[in-house]
Amino acid sequence: MTIGTDDGLATYNFAYLDEQTKRMIRRAILKGIAIPGYQVPFASREMPMPYGWGTGGVQVTASIIGPDDVLKVIDQGADDTTNAVSIRAFFAKVADVETTTETAKASIIQTRHRIPEEKLKDGQILVYQVPIPEPLRFLEPRETETRKMHALAEYGLMHVKLYEDIAKNGHIATTYAYPVKVEDRYVMDPSPTPKFDNPKMHMSDALQLFGAGREKRIYAVPPHTKVVSLDFEDYPFEIQTFEEPCAMCGAQGVYLDEVILDDRGGRMFVCSDTDYCEKRREDGHRGHLAGDAMEAAE
Amino acid sequence: MSDQPLLRVSGVSKFYGNRIGCKDVSFDLWPGEVLAIVGESGSGKTTLLNCISTRLMPTAGTVSYRMRDGQFRDLYRMGEAERRFLMRTDWGFVHQNPADGLRMSVSAGANVGERLMAVGERHYGNIRETATDWLGRVEIDADRIDDQPRAFSGGMRQRLQIARNLVTGPRLVFMDEPTGGLDVSVQARLLDLLRGLVNDLGLAVVVVTHDLAVARLLSHRMMVMKDGAVVETGLTDRVLDDPRAPYTQLLVSSILQV
Amino acid sequence: MYVAVKGGEAAIRNAHRLLADRRRGDRSVPALTLEQIVEQLALACDRVMAEGSVHDRDLAALAIKQARGDLIEAIFLLRAYRTTLPRFGYSEPVDTAKMQVERRISATYKDLPGGQMLGPTFDYTHRLLDPSLARDETVDEPERRDGDDTPAMRVSDILAEEGLIEADGEVDSEEVGDLTRTPMEFPMARDTRLQALARGDEGFLLALGYSTQRGYARSHPFAGEIRIGEVDVEFHVPELGFAITLGRIRVTECQMVNQFQGSAKAPPQFTRGYGLVFGQSERKAMAMALCDRALRAAELGEDIVAPAQDEEFVISHSDNVQATGFVEHLKLPHYVDFQAELDLVRRMRGEHTRRRDTQDNMPEAAE
Repeated sequence: MTIGTDDGLATYNFAYLDEQTKRMIRRAILKGIAIPGYQVPFASREMPMPYGWGTGGVQVTASIIGPDDVLKVIDQGADDTTNAVSIRAFFAKVADVETTTETAKASIIQTRHRIPEEKLKDGQILVYQVPIPEPLRFLEPRETETRKMHALAEYGLMHVKLYEDIAKNGHIATTYAYPVKVEDRYVMDPSPTPKFDNPKMHMSDALQLFGAGREKRIYAVPPHTKVVSLDFEDYPFEIQTFEEPCAMCGAQGVYLDEVILDDRGGRMFVCSDTDYCEKRREDGHRGHLAGDAMEAAE
Repeated sequence: MSDQPLLRVSGVSKFYGNRIGCKDVSFDLWPGEVLAIVGESGSGKTTLLNCISTRLMPTAGTVSYRMRDGQFRDLYRMGEAERRFLMRTDWGFVHQNPADGLRMSVSAGANVGERLMAVGERHYGNIRETATDWLGRVEIDADRIDDQPRAFSGGMRQRLQIARNLVTGPRLVFMDEPTGGLDVSVQARLLDLLRGLVNDLGLAVVVVTHDLAVARLLSHRMMVMKDGAVVETGLTDRVLDDPRAPYTQLLVSSILQV
Repeated sequence: MYVAVKGGEAAIRNAHRLLADRRRGDRSVPALTLEQIVEQLALACDRVMAEGSVHDRDLAALAIKQARGDLIEAIFLLRAYRTTLPRFGYSEPVDTAKMQVERRISATYKDLPGGQMLGPTFDYTHRLLDPSLARDETVDEPERRDGDDTPAMRVSDILAEEGLIEADGEVDSEEVGDLTRTPMEFPMARDTRLQALARGDEGFLLALGYSTQRGYARSHPFAGEIRIGEVDVEFHVPELGFAITLGRIRVTECQMVNQFQGSAKAPPQFTRGYGLVFGQSERKAMAMALCDRALRAAELGEDIVAPAQDEEFVISHSDNVQATGFVEHLKLPHYVDFQAELDLVRRMRGEHTRRRDTQDNMPEAAE
């Protein structure tokens, strides 16, 4: 083709991907749903954002999104981290869909590294961006071998790693991307979410889809599916706990980010899920460093 | 001993193009029996070992194994999943070079525990206890349990490899020159240990060696190979004291005199 | 009071605006035209077309301009455009024996039918900076002579007549592999592997090819032939029942001839490594040919001992768009995971200190 001076150089389909590609990806998704936790190879496309920045999640979202969907995008639990903003803007532009920051209002939530604190409902779809889909990758670098290990359900090696953790540290030292077994069959990488979020995947009402663009894999956990974190009977799986509540909204039992306040070691802990934190504050909850509390202290 | 063999090898041949690996080998192995396959390098003994342990597909012949339910199964007709399961539960394989049979960057405890975890053991305390017990049985101090094999001497590594193989209580163990590459004094200690374990556990063993002293100490029966074919078989003492095949006579006179 | 960081949208907008400003640079300097890039930075365009897998000089020039001269970024732009294009079908294999040759050299024969032709090459230039280029002085027209239309015989065909070199590989099926449309699977067929290499990063393949020369899977290569020129691209239209010519493209082809002792699987004869790249890029074509040959180790029954022979390793890491994306994704926030690690390290340090303290407080009776 030649370059014209006016617009109309390149036009793009609804949600960027052409319809054949979407159909190919939907077939991979359906296969993934039919075999929970199994990594389905798919012919991942080049996307207009770099590999490793959510191309898998974006392709999954692009293939399932329709004009009536309401999209929420989070990165690290927050709606306005730059990459979340960028992906949300991408879909607002190429699919012209409504976007939201409210977990409850969204029909599709694309996420990197967190599961929202608010319980997901029937009908919602959570799309994970996955960098390395293979839970056995750092134990066995070869694709040909890991595929065989999955096929034969040879997962002893995974427990060897956990054993080594305990032998070395007295406890399992894996904090994120903590491996899970899906429906008693496939060992799966939950993407680099903190292990704090693992229990939310178990028997979820929502459909969970995982897209790894660079590694060209899609996998899925259908609603109401068993998702069990690997552990030992005498060293059971445990999630992180925080000693103090959120400094902004006072929430407990949620995942907190550490924020450095000054160069003298001052720090505070706030909800990583920004939407959840805002909702609670709207409802009148206050943490010890929230506006009102501070004013009272002055 | 049972009235049925554990392993039936019949007419096994392996060709590499026109070159013969091993040719038309048949034998039965009985529970608790130790069979030594001896010969010079290039005689086909390792090829044969790899064929009967399903690590290599033979060109012809069958190998059947009596499973724990008493039924004989043709190993080459088994699915890969079943075969791999058999290999890590009911069988062992001791390599000449321990690095081939161990995970060198994983602790001794985990090396021994891996097979247990692979068959579903999920209690850390129990796994560790079993591993400690097995380290003791192969004469490795319990306080080395969290060390990696790279920190071990050659003899210790070989003993660790043996423990790793025996932890699931296999009935059949294949050994490929298990004392090769070790100092003479270390060899003696290892052979002594192996003999004790094999007797105590009632293991059936197929051991490949070029060292007739190893065959003498460990095995009940032996098979002498030359150019891919079996030239003589018989009870170990008989073959070594009264070799019949000219090649065996040569082998025995040339090696045992040293 | 603490206010959570907001305003990602405005920040991104402003960053892009600043990027556009820097791209344009000093407004008193005339803007580059795409024609200038196509004509005067032709080899940059060639690389972007080759690794971007789109033969279109104008689009390549646009991508280079938009990327401020960052070629990997330009390749990425072109790839992201390419992926949205409808696929009508696959062309017939191009016949490089019928190439309109502009450069053709062989390192294995002093003279050969069709002759040696140097063409526009940097070879034998002395790498001295030329100040005259800064002054835009008039450049002489090239010497020309009438070409003869007899096609230049391929060196591999000369060897093939004596049976000294293996035949061209057989393709299993009529359909050619395409890793941009079907999931990649290992082990790969050679057609797909060659496609991956053709799209692969020049620098990466260069380093791997170089490593084979230095002894990591040495293949004793000879540059049998390198030719650069234009070939017809033909497309078979089922409705017409014959192939029609869509146009001509410039390509660089390299056939490496490698000594081979023979193995259990193949008799002693010369073997081939093959490289074909859009545009003029000898370095890439030669590196590709070396890598192709190294990757045939399993097929030829050779021991796999070096990185260049390891298909999963080479092919999984040769794509610079994938590589740059994943390396650069480390810039993205990881503070949720980092928080989890922070917490763990603190806990483990605490345990470590407590253990040490208990040990220190042990009575010194042991002494």
